[in-house]
Amino acid sequence: MENNKDDHRLKKVSVICAKGALEDVYATLVLANGAVMEGIEAKVFFTFFGLDAITKKRMKKLHTATVANPAMRMPGGLPFPTWLGSLPFVEAGVSSMMRSQMEKLDIPPVDEFLDMITAGGGEIYACKLAMDMFKLTKDDLSEQVKDVLTVGEFYAMAGGEDSQIIFT
Amino acid sequence: MGTRTIAGIEIQVNDEGYMMDASQWTPEVARELAKEEGIELTDKHFEVLNFIRDEFLKGNPLTIRKVGKSGIVDIKGLYELFPGGPLKKASKIAGISKPSSCV
Repeated sequence: MENNKDDHRLKKVSVICAKGALEDVYATLVLANGAVMEGIEAKVFFTFFGLDAITKKRMKKLHTATVANPAMRMPGGLPFPTWLGSLPFVEAGVSSMMRSQMEKLDIPPVDEFLDMITAGGGEIYACKLAMDMFKLTKDDLSEQVKDVLTVGEFYAMAGGEDSQIIFT
Repeated sequence: MGTRTIAGIEIQVNDEGYMMDASQWTPEVARELAKEEGIELTDKHFEVLNFIRDEFLKGNPLTIRKVGKSGIVDIKGLYELFPGGPLKKASKIAGISKPSSCV
């Protein structure tokens, strides 16, 4: 494993989450939490359906898609037919199974994950345009959300040497 | 890999400075290793170090979340005790291998 030279270690990551499926949100949260654990500054920007992850009413009910998800498999690896995914409660069942699998690996629920990221100094932001679109106010969002930003404000804080923007 | 003398003990360490044999660890070794990380160890630090050593020696994977639920310190407190990489730094000072967890 070749590590970065000390003078070019990552100093800051800005992670953008624009999708609200369970796995999209967790990709963002793992990246951001992993950064603060390594001493890398982390800023997370939630926009469009990604806002579900920081909306109090929705953050605990994220789903993984069972329709139009070609990577979907039965437990054990057998194919998962698309018609099955469209039956009532199947998506909810699969999503709750995903959540319990993650809990076994000590991956926390979304709200606790946000607490962990901010406890480590990471910052959580929401996109103003998407909030207006979905008619959300700051009161609808998790208390861990530091501010509501325009895209310009996001870019203004994403810069600096050895900084990266990650779109999940 | 190599050998270093820490607090008067010949200790085997890997390339990244993690101790290869957790049984060689003593509180004095911890104090020396912590100094290299710029940390002056307090009783609270030792409570955390003993907890993660216990978990490691039992073969349990370590995560920040687990330390946060230990009742010793919350996650914010853990970041304050070991700034800039709490789980890695605490593991190094506790004389155990580098944590392999992603959370």
